[in-house]
Amino acid sequence: MANAPIAWQIARIASVRDETPTVRSFALELPAWRGHRAGQHLDLRLTAEDGYSVERSYSIASEPERDGQVEITVERIPGGEVSPFLHDVVVPGDQIEVRGPIGGYFVWEAALGGPLLLVAGGSGVVPLMAMVRHRARSGSSTPTRLLVSSRSFDEIIYREELERLAAPRDGLEVIHTLTRSQPDGWTGHARRIDEAMLAEVLAPLGASARAFLCGPTSLVENAANALVRLGLPPARIRTERFGPTGS
Amino acid sequence: MADEPADQVAEAVLDGNALAGALASVLGVEATSIPGRCAHCGTVSMVGALRAYTRAPGAVLRCPACGQVVLRLVETDSAVYLDARGAAFLRFDR
Repeated sequence: MANAPIAWQIARIASVRDETPTVRSFALELPAWRGHRAGQHLDLRLTAEDGYSVERSYSIASEPERDGQVEITVERIPGGEVSPFLHDVVVPGDQIEVRGPIGGYFVWEAALGGPLLLVAGGSGVVPLMAMVRHRARSGSSTPTRLLVSSRSFDEIIYREELERLAAPRDGLEVIHTLTRSQPDGWTGHARRIDEAMLAEVLAPLGASARAFLCGPTSLVENAANALVRLGLPPARIRTERFGPTGS
Repeated sequence: MADEPADQVAEAVLDGNALAGALASVLGVEATSIPGRCAHCGTVSMVGALRAYTRAPGAVLRCPACGQVVLRLVETDSAVYLDARGAAFLRFDR
């Protein structure tokens, strides 16, 4: 456990990438990054000229193995104080205040093993993506099933990369559900995550699975309760909630 | 918040992970994986699993089992106040 108090530092925006029409990833270069674990986040601070400042916590999307950079993925929340700034104003080369890595509760490392059940609602997939990327980069063969709930096909974050990561069939499976609209010929789930869906996704992993759930509070709450009813010990279920104001 | 629909209030509840940065800067250690015992009902939860109410002048962390207040954190320009009277203990492993 690191004991040094975490200090604010200046990060440089190295690159910006669109993930969906409303979600963008930002790669940050940090002068003194002491390495993170998959699932941790960082705090980002914006300060106006008059001294007014706002802080937001963002999950780290990149795997710890990535050298010299950390990446965050941010959904643009209309009316938010921070995310519209990041989306509309920030360009590569800009500097931004950051502290981290932060958190130790919602963390998975390959050495922890599995099997792994990952459940995401919307941009709740971000810390789980760090875990999936870490799994791949560390050569882990932990059986892993990632269930992602998105509103529509175009709003699936990391869709192509997830396809690529699952392609080798080395134990990673990605299951999508689309809650609002589905493209023609869609054969996947087309409803909100419920107990029946979780039972189906959990079955191949069994009751010894470790579960990480991240998304809006209601989704996380309902999914966690359903998993307990399905026989998963509460101690093996880790949750991270974000609210609608997590801008 | 009293006039907001109940589901909107419920949806605004976060968890202790949301305060990880603030707690780490005050305590000097990663706090979300620290276990603490609720002084009201005795349930031991990790700080990351406490319910966080952050839409107030300070932040309030409540026990997920009984709903009573375990920790309060208030930041001002000159100081940070941590009220831990709702915790029977917080365990810092060596």
